[in-house]
Amino acid sequence: MIKIILARLQQKHRTMKYPDGAPPPLPDRFRGRPVIDSAKCPAGCRACADACPTGALSPQDAGLIDLGKCLFCTECSNACPRQAITYSGNYQLAARNRSDLIVARERQAVEVAGAALDAKLRRLLGRSLKLRQVSAGGCNACEADTNVLGTVGWDLGRFGIQFVASPRHADGLLVTGPVSQNMALALKKTYDAVSDPRIVIAVGACAISGGPYIGHAEVNNGAAAVVPVDIYVPGCPPNPLTILDGLLRLIGRIEDGKREIPGTK
Amino acid sequence: MNASRPDLATLTNGQAVKRSELPVFSPDAFGQALLDGVAARQRVSALFGAPSPIPGATRLYAVLADDEQNLLFAAATDIEGGEFQSLTPRCPQVHLFEREIAEQFGLRPVGHPWFKPVRYCRSWTGRDAWSRPSGQQILPAVGDFYRVEGEQVHEVAVGPVHAGVIEPGHFRFQCHGEKVFHLEIALGFQHRGVEAALIGGPAARTIPYAETLSGDSTVAHATTYSHVVEALAGCQTSARAQAVRGIALELERLANHIGDLGALAGDVGFLPTASFCGRIRGDFLNMTALLCGSRFGRGLIRPGGLGFDADADRIAELGRRLDAGEKDATVAIQLLWNTQSVMARFEDVGPLPRAVAAELGIVGPAARASGLERDIRRDQPSGIFCFSHIPVSTCESGDVFSRAFVRWLEIQHGIGFIRDQLRSLPSGAPRVPVKALAPDSFAVALNEGWRGEVCHVALTDAQGRFARYKVVDPSFHNWPALAYSLRNQEISDFPICNKSFNLSYCGHDL
Repeated sequence: MIKIILARLQQKHRTMKYPDGAPPPLPDRFRGRPVIDSAKCPAGCRACADACPTGALSPQDAGLIDLGKCLFCTECSNACPRQAITYSGNYQLAARNRSDLIVARERQAVEVAGAALDAKLRRLLGRSLKLRQVSAGGCNACEADTNVLGTVGWDLGRFGIQFVASPRHADGLLVTGPVSQNMALALKKTYDAVSDPRIVIAVGACAISGGPYIGHAEVNNGAAAVVPVDIYVPGCPPNPLTILDGLLRLIGRIEDGKREIPGTK
Repeated sequence: MNASRPDLATLTNGQAVKRSELPVFSPDAFGQALLDGVAARQRVSALFGAPSPIPGATRLYAVLADDEQNLLFAAATDIEGGEFQSLTPRCPQVHLFEREIAEQFGLRPVGHPWFKPVRYCRSWTGRDAWSRPSGQQILPAVGDFYRVEGEQVHEVAVGPVHAGVIEPGHFRFQCHGEKVFHLEIALGFQHRGVEAALIGGPAARTIPYAETLSGDSTVAHATTYSHVVEALAGCQTSARAQAVRGIALELERLANHIGDLGALAGDVGFLPTASFCGRIRGDFLNMTALLCGSRFGRGLIRPGGLGFDADADRIAELGRRLDAGEKDATVAIQLLWNTQSVMARFEDVGPLPRAVAAELGIVGPAARASGLERDIRRDQPSGIFCFSHIPVSTCESGDVFSRAFVRWLEIQHGIGFIRDQLRSLPSGAPRVPVKALAPDSFAVALNEGWRGEVCHVALTDAQGRFARYKVVDPSFHNWPALAYSLRNQEISDFPICNKSFNLSYCGHDL
């Protein structure tokens, strides 16, 4: 017992102050919201669109980027002949509508207004949100960084958010993966087992758009093909801070509003 | 080996040869060569189908790993018609490979003792080994399961959706009271068609595919993929790139091993280590993020070297964080071995005897915890591991304790290795250009991921494109070990047995 107490003292109190204090520091190479300086683009150049593995930079939609497809890889920025593409430190990426993730390339921040649930749902779920996680065909990285939110550093429980073992105990689902054909029925059944009102949170490029597996016959290109989605959290995988930010804005714990990241223009 | 029998092609890890150099045996000679190899203590690293130059036929390829000679052996055979003789009755470690060949190419392995689908999907050839009508939907885990009959015997079905935040799979237990007679595991829920999609590459999506074969093994799979490409392109990466790849591979191992020890503590209700290790795992993931911005190493490993170089400040910072992480991890993990209530729950639970592990072809820490000395970093070294050696950590008892303790040994060796590398990181270009891949070639690369042997095999066509790209995640070898370890155990011990292997569903399902 004494060894356990000594170990406890050595390990210290580790729960972060965020959201009351500053968010935990992100690495300098963290790839948040990509920003494209179109002024640098040579006429007719489509090097970035050609290099993009998922079509997030579609040549048909010049000027737009689909954060729901973006893997936050470096292929576009490496392919760019003019270094027009940079990644900002902006981790706030979650949006309520799929269309809100298709944004102008130059914009620094995602429009995060309106991320919160409506007043009635906030009253019901704002202080106690129980979620059932359904992993449906991804690579397990989104699951891993969702799981991290339960550790002492993040302590999701302090917001009343908890992952529960049964959909019968849940207020909603957190879905990861592109929804493989082999998981579509299980996801639908799990959703049906959650009583109304219920919400669905799609975490990661796979669950939003199919991610690296967009267009494969074996997948459904995301959760929305099977269940209605209430909030989308982009990333491959999203940093835990991006997921937490999405959850907290959903329940109204962080107020809506745009957040400009200092030092990015 | 019998002198009258044709020889297999000899390769080393990360070597490419012309496809014409691979001997094509008769099916009987091919089977016998495999059995002889396994009898001579070689392991089947890969056994898979690919298109054959003979119309209507399927060409099977085998890669055997000889850990004592540090060599790989490869051969092929053409299967004409719809079936081949199963080797599983005489060589259990090929049982899933044969089922996979059946599922992907519609060939029946005659005499296979448990002939079921692997991932519950349609074949690539339009031929179905189970003669299922083409219009009929294939539902995962639907079909006969092994059943124990008798009074008071009952069946417990779990999954695909589990209680925790984990991947989907279906577990079917045959129980007598609390005692498990038999566990059968049905997977395929995570099947997203990656192997089929890799054909025709390298393309823009190939690297994201490699990085997401199993997300927690991003570095292991991306490095192995890069080794295959570099072998086919005749590309020599710098010593610096190799060292940083080694650091990243060990960081991945450290994060996952520390997380597993915490999860094991959680599963036996010992919350101090569970809470500490959950957080410390994050510290190690953040060390990988220090190198490349991604906690899983996305973007770090690229064919030709690295996506990100490590500057002096970064190396110094990594060293400081490693010291702090080592201290925290040591305190947290030592508690396990000093707490009797933990040890009582770990010891003699979920035993996997050495002979069974060898027969099933188990790899990685699970094999080493059953006393098998096999580790790709030593046996088939590539990259930095050719120059800097990490001792092979083994433990004899084969139980949950053993699999936990091997992880602790590997954590200590991994930290020492990284520290050595940081002290003397060689100079060199982080990334060198990669030329076009050699046409009509065959390349194999292996790496010791944190779960064990990651094996990639590529076959290129006349244009240097992938005609076939085979991925063998360590979990493909190891799932049967979990099923075996549950025999005669209490069903309530399933969570710790499961966690002690912590296998990848997506790496298996591909």
